[in-house]
Amino acid sequence: MFKNHVLVCGGTGCHSNRSSEIYKEFQNQLIEKGLEKDVQMVLTGCFGLCAAGPVIIVYPEGAFYSKVKIEDVTEIIDEHIIKGRIVERLLHEDESGKETEPVQALSDTNFYKRQTRVALRNCGVINPEDIDEYIAYDGYQALIKCLTELKPQEIIDIVKQSGIRGRGGAGFPTGMKWQFTHDAVGDEKYVCCNADEGDPGAFMDRSVLEGDPHAVLEAMTIAAYAIGGTQGYIYVRAEYPIAVQRLQIAINQAREYGLLGKNILNTGFSFDIDIRLGAGAFVCGEETALIMSIEGNRGEPNPKPPFPANKGLFGKPTLLNNVETYANIPQIILKGAEWFSAMGTEKSKGTKVFALGGKIVNTGLVEVPMGTTLREVVEEIGGGIPNGKKFKAAQMGGPSGGCIPEEHLDVPIDFDSLTKIGAMMGSGGLIVMDEDTCMVDIAKFFLEFTVDESCGKCTPCRICTKRLLEMLTKITEGTATLEDIDKMEKLCYYIKDNALCGLGQTAPNPVLSTIRYFRDEYIAHVVDKKCPAHVCKKLSSYVITDKCIGCSLCSRKCPVNAISGVIKQKFVIDQAKCIKCGACVDSCKFKAIVKE
Amino acid sequence: MSKIKLTTVAFEGTAEQEKELRAVLAEVKKLPGAVMPALQKAQEIYGYLPIEVQSIIAEELGVSLEEVFGVSTFYSQFNLNPQGKYQVGVCMGTACYVKGSQALIDKFKSELGIEESECTPDKQFSLVATRCIGCCGLAPVATVNADVYGKISADDVAGIIAKYKA
Repeated sequence: MFKNHVLVCGGTGCHSNRSSEIYKEFQNQLIEKGLEKDVQMVLTGCFGLCAAGPVIIVYPEGAFYSKVKIEDVTEIIDEHIIKGRIVERLLHEDESGKETEPVQALSDTNFYKRQTRVALRNCGVINPEDIDEYIAYDGYQALIKCLTELKPQEIIDIVKQSGIRGRGGAGFPTGMKWQFTHDAVGDEKYVCCNADEGDPGAFMDRSVLEGDPHAVLEAMTIAAYAIGGTQGYIYVRAEYPIAVQRLQIAINQAREYGLLGKNILNTGFSFDIDIRLGAGAFVCGEETALIMSIEGNRGEPNPKPPFPANKGLFGKPTLLNNVETYANIPQIILKGAEWFSAMGTEKSKGTKVFALGGKIVNTGLVEVPMGTTLREVVEEIGGGIPNGKKFKAAQMGGPSGGCIPEEHLDVPIDFDSLTKIGAMMGSGGLIVMDEDTCMVDIAKFFLEFTVDESCGKCTPCRICTKRLLEMLTKITEGTATLEDIDKMEKLCYYIKDNALCGLGQTAPNPVLSTIRYFRDEYIAHVVDKKCPAHVCKKLSSYVITDKCIGCSLCSRKCPVNAISGVIKQKFVIDQAKCIKCGACVDSCKFKAIVKE
Repeated sequence: MSKIKLTTVAFEGTAEQEKELRAVLAEVKKLPGAVMPALQKAQEIYGYLPIEVQSIIAEELGVSLEEVFGVSTFYSQFNLNPQGKYQVGVCMGTACYVKGSQALIDKFKSELGIEESECTPDKQFSLVATRCIGCCGLAPVATVNADVYGKISADDVAGIIAKYKA
């Protein structure tokens, strides 16, 4: 028996903060002190609260230590593990409440209290590289139930009744997809997993793959049994090396245990899974493009129909679901469709994982029931905006989504409500912006992304998004007219109606939603030639304030000699000459130069 | 798609590298849809994908060079240009952008004297604007090879570069 369990987060956020070195330091010191038999060390998947990383939990007390440094390891071992005294100094402080006070357990933090973890249930709990831990947490029970007690159609019916909709973005009912692929005629069928999480600012699929890879493998095997699949592929981004590595370990372990491969659990059912690496193309998140890419081609989408359910990978019927969708499946099978459909709203069942980022206190991963309001997520779980700044907008759905202003913060998060206000669920990226963010600039940021990622196959996407970007650029440079805003809107609707695939059809969303909710900011750029957030370079000017002591450093740094003055007196910037490079701001030791 | 920049650096592949590549290709060839895995393996061996390497792939897999080139230029992960010893990546995901990664990459450009996707003449540093690398909790983030620098500002850039110059 182990006296203590020490869980160290090995998610990407904490890993980047050297959590694996902390893990090793623990192991070394435990061996040195002869404690290695008393303490079980576990390197887990993402805990979710990335802002507080690296994070560690020590059981049986469940003490939740955050922002741990390598130097703290000795103290945790000597005080907590040997003497049984919790190291108060390192306990996590909850910043989301009115006062900061140390909380002892993870589940007591405001960040976790309001969450319901289904897809993330094992993330930060088990060792993702050990199949036995997954099995101990009911892992592969659902597969056994399916193979021994249920007929394929019964499984599909359970998935249908649960009401689960695809977590990848569009929200298509998962059970219907399974039914279509089941009904399709083909000698071979494929089961694929979309783990090409290209949406910038979204990392929920990565966390599931890194924290609970077996859940995805189990679900894919269940799906294969239900639709009659023989081979599976997981298409995962090459940018996610830890996820790829843990998936491969999981696949090998599952094969070893007879849970993948020929004659699974002696039931006569055979199914195997291989990993295919993406190579950095956003459009490959679109299902037909993803299939082209697995086939080794340029990832260009194809018109639908035919749908992949009938004619997909290598021309065979193919089932394609997103990582988070799969992660829900084993629980639905075990706990029943009613359990799942009891969560959420009328048309959006279950929970949704969001990657909370941007200008927010608790950046990280949260899972909440559908129908939770955006305000609860941002203010209560996310802890609000840091540095006393004001909330301006929440961006949801990445380059395909929109910006939601404060007036819509009380909208319940579900597929249909979000679409109604011009945003979309997307894969679950949720970026919070404060008053320092320029909404025109952010629309331009997303459009630059889609222009760059457009595959070039269809004209509306290839050419019109580029024209749209040029118009936006004119606005940020102060050379546009009010007519341009109307023209832009018209072009946006044209692209939406005519582009071939989801990437093109949704590309105008960031522009449309910012025009809709922040038209005054667009007008400020066009008419007043001002950027209210002081972001757009060409529309802001640098001014020397009274803090200037006249040291002349800035005038020597200025590449165009735009700054002049008398030593020990306030200097001035000649706005006509200034190229707005910002070199003076960097050089000033007295913070006397500001952007206006 | 962004503009295709072909390298002007002469190809310096060795006989061992070519032998390794051909051996790997003989294996990869058996997979359905082999072009992508082939390019990925080749990039592991050479660090980038000059036209000479792509020709070998086309020859071994029995597909046209045009097809290989079409794939290699489609995906941003494939490098057509040699990379520096230290590959600097600045994350341009939304979370990082909102927290000022544009200023960060501008600073790297001016400190290193190169543009995005370029390599310094001494082949020490190359710079890329990467897509979201998924540690949004640390935004803004820059990476140098496997090292990750989170929550940094433009003021930290010179110090980070100095670490690798020694």
